[in-house]
Amino acid sequence: MIRFTNISKRYPGGYEALSNISFHMEKGAMAFLTGHSGAGKSTLLKLVALIERATRGQLFLDGQNVSRISKRRIPYIRRKIGFIFQEHHLLFDRTVFDNVALPLIIAGYRHQDIGRRVRAALDKLGLLSKERLYPVTLSGGEQQRVGIARAVVNKPMLLLADEPTGNLDPDLSREIMALFALFNDVGVSILIASHDIPLIEELDYPVLSLEHGRLASTVPDSE
Amino acid sequence: MKRPGRNQRQSQHHWREQLRRLLSPRTFLQRHAQVALDSLGRLYRNRVSSLMTAAVIAIALAMPAGLYLLLGNLERLSGTWDGQASMSVFLKNSVPASMAEELAKRVREWPEVHSVQLVTPEEALQEFSQHSGFAGVLDALDENPLPALLVVMPASEFTDPAAASALRDRFSSLPETELAQLDLQWVQRLAAILEIARRGILITGCLLALAVLLMIGNTIRLEIQNRREEILVTKLIGATNGFVRRPFLYCGVWYGVFGAVIAWLLVETGFWLLSDPVANLAGLYQSDFRLETLPFQLLWMLVLGGICLGLLGSWLAVGRHLDAIEPT
Repeated sequence: MIRFTNISKRYPGGYEALSNISFHMEKGAMAFLTGHSGAGKSTLLKLVALIERATRGQLFLDGQNVSRISKRRIPYIRRKIGFIFQEHHLLFDRTVFDNVALPLIIAGYRHQDIGRRVRAALDKLGLLSKERLYPVTLSGGEQQRVGIARAVVNKPMLLLADEPTGNLDPDLSREIMALFALFNDVGVSILIASHDIPLIEELDYPVLSLEHGRLASTVPDSE
Repeated sequence: MKRPGRNQRQSQHHWREQLRRLLSPRTFLQRHAQVALDSLGRLYRNRVSSLMTAAVIAIALAMPAGLYLLLGNLERLSGTWDGQASMSVFLKNSVPASMAEELAKRVREWPEVHSVQLVTPEEALQEFSQHSGFAGVLDALDENPLPALLVVMPASEFTDPAAASALRDRFSSLPETELAQLDLQWVQRLAAILEIARRGILITGCLLALAVLLMIGNTIRLEIQNRREEILVTKLIGATNGFVRRPFLYCGVWYGVFGAVIAWLLVETGFWLLSDPVANLAGLYQSDFRLETLPFQLLWMLVLGGICLGLLGSWLAVGRHLDAIEPT
């Protein structure tokens, strides 16, 4: 699903955030990405999300080389990916329903399909009763679940999560991770950046560990 | 990747699916209607500031539109007089009434002349005292100072300026004539003045259109800044530039439409306020001239102009500012 071959990312000014990273995450796999802050976790996720472009090396997503893809085609690649952020980036002037519907509206689904799919996603995350509420009225855990609903409503092939439990207490964090495991069971590939080592160790998933922009350990099935 | 071939095919299939969905006309219209309504709702939520923006646009549109209509009316006025430019031939005071009548009869036979009306000094005096309010003054005079006058209508094939001046020269050369005056002159001068006014209005119109463009552009720029977060999020979850652009373009179009409708109301009201005094003035000139506004034609023109300016203004703003907002 994600393949990095000898990828380096150097920011303007000379700072090398990632050096010579190679790994391969299989379709349908779930993995954690760890490392101290500044190790390059965010940069790696931004490369996958095509927010940043690699300075060197090749990046494949779902078998497609996206290293040199044109700007115009980036949106269509992003529609295959669900993003979950630490600060969840919900739009506060819209209801929960409208927030979750956004990816479907962008992709041009029909009105009837949107309602059906949004309700299905909200139902899966236990938010069906909150669809008419505005995000401000929700708790932190609920807001994060709305963010997840928005990420999965489009049935993406890949989920990217950047510190999804950063603001949550351990119980809620565990709940969120259990949700990810559920999505992984139905075939969604998931890459989660987190520094919550105790939680990661509780769960039995491969771990990509970054240290100063280099890969310290890799997923077992990498080539 | 174990089976890149299959994945490639799947990806292509996904693409085709997406394309089919995008191009389906019903979805396309539904989406545009949705965005148009969304933009409308957004304007309604900030209705006070939206109304003020629309009002400024309206004033800028109403100014040239109103002036242009006024000009059209003046042209219509001069046009009605163009075809029947008459000539005034004042006879010498020494010419007696019988000779004047004789002359009028003679002149009627000229091929250039359509009709001749003789205004005797007595008739002229009567008319003058009726209309000028100088009756008392004229009574004080011993004798009538007014000359006899022939009002000559040229035949229809002699109304063009060259033929009319030739006819005037023919009248001037008559021994009885004191002064032959072509009334066409002031019509020509008016036409020249109107041409200047038309240029002036064109220039003003262009400047005000530019002002509307900048106004809408600036409003949309602020709107883009206010919705920065939303733009970032939608771009991050796969919105194309077109998708992000669309609500702002509709917003510009709505501003144009509302500005145009308000401008229309302003022009119609202005003309309504002017119509009575103008009819009054026209009455004083024995004319039944009325101001005309062609309300529906005007409305369509204004709305069309408003939409074009709104679209162009927001397009410029969006082009300049939207690309700069990329997720980081």
